[in-house]
Amino acid sequence: MASLDDLKKRISSVKSTQKITKAMKMVAAAKLRRAQESAEKGRPYSDKMNNIILNLSGGISDIENAPKLLSGTGEDKIHLCVVMTSDRGLCGGFNTNIIKKAKLYFQKILDEGKTLKIITVGTKGYDQLKRVYGDNIIERISFKESKNVNYFDADKVGKILIEKFENKEFDVCVIFYNQFKNVITQIPQEQQIIPLKTINEKTNSSDDNYEFEPDEDEILSNLLPKNISTQIFKAMLENSASEQGSRMSAMDNATRNAGEMVDKLTIEYNRSRQAAITKELIEIISGAESL
Amino acid sequence: MSEEYSLEIVNPEKSFLLKDDVIEVVVPAYEGEIGILKDHISIISFLKPGIIKVFSKSGEDSFYVNDGIIEFKNNNLSILTSLILNIKDIDKKKISEIQKLAEEELGNSEISDQEKYLLDQKIEVLKSIN
Repeated sequence: MASLDDLKKRISSVKSTQKITKAMKMVAAAKLRRAQESAEKGRPYSDKMNNIILNLSGGISDIENAPKLLSGTGEDKIHLCVVMTSDRGLCGGFNTNIIKKAKLYFQKILDEGKTLKIITVGTKGYDQLKRVYGDNIIERISFKESKNVNYFDADKVGKILIEKFENKEFDVCVIFYNQFKNVITQIPQEQQIIPLKTINEKTNSSDDNYEFEPDEDEILSNLLPKNISTQIFKAMLENSASEQGSRMSAMDNATRNAGEMVDKLTIEYNRSRQAAITKELIEIISGAESL
Repeated sequence: MSEEYSLEIVNPEKSFLLKDDVIEVVVPAYEGEIGILKDHISIISFLKPGIIKVFSKSGEDSFYVNDGIIEFKNNNLSILTSLILNIKDIDKKKISEIQKLAEEELGNSEISDQEKYLLDQKIEVLKSIN
């Protein structure tokens, strides 16, 4: 049995850990509210963007000459995966869940004999992937310096993607991120952004004839790159809300576990203290009796 | 007959402005300014850097935009833009910052004529605000 002093030390150490996890939980809760708000506020933009593109692509008569970002390169050989994770740890299964989902996809691609390229956004994803897929990672991006998720960061990623696409470095692009459902559930998502998948989902429902200025093709070829950035921005917002939510519940659990541990240790401490007192008493009594 | 329609301006961060008593909006479209009144034909167009003027029952507002897309349909005008600033409470410092950035970019020799044209426009508009 550990000595009284050791127990005392352990109790105080667990207590200070508990203080830290509690503080982290509060911080995450405060940040979560903000992240959630901005995720909700960001929705109209991406929804509107999607709508316009749907209306536009529904009106395209000549699929053959449609912009490549919409229809694809016609091949399916090189897949580019953008894995979006957090820059910080201690957020429960947040990063692991995305990585798991991504790895499944990677395996599928490799089994089919296709080429796999990876871009990691956020340092944690790189840390987890570098050992197995280190050779496939062509770029890693991190926004550690920027405090809040902002559109210009997303735009940077979008520009990189488009540049690579124009250089014919990949045929299909998929992004991985966590969709925020609520504080305890975040759903890892895979979403194909190049070529755009929505094209066949809606049958020509657009009876309204739009007037275009400049012409349709030009608008579409200008709009699609913007849509890429918007989708990435949406993913980043969802991700940051998920990260905070995941961290909050992880830290909540940690705080509770620490509390349980403190209780257990305190009982053990009290028992051994009592045992020591009893032992001393017995010694004194038996000493007095022998006199 | 009322002459108002509704206007929504959104940027990636939030829904920037929502109004349903708009009478006319003048936007800097790609091929020249467009004034949009009620019952305009459905239109999708691009914006170049410039000033959006909103005339509504409650008054007149102007905004600077960097770029954007407008969609007008069923008397709903949506403007999507990545950067929008209200002229009234504009920060002079920020304007000069954007201007400087644009000028730097203009100095880059690799850009296409189209980009050059857009940047020229941008600088001109910024100068007029400042």
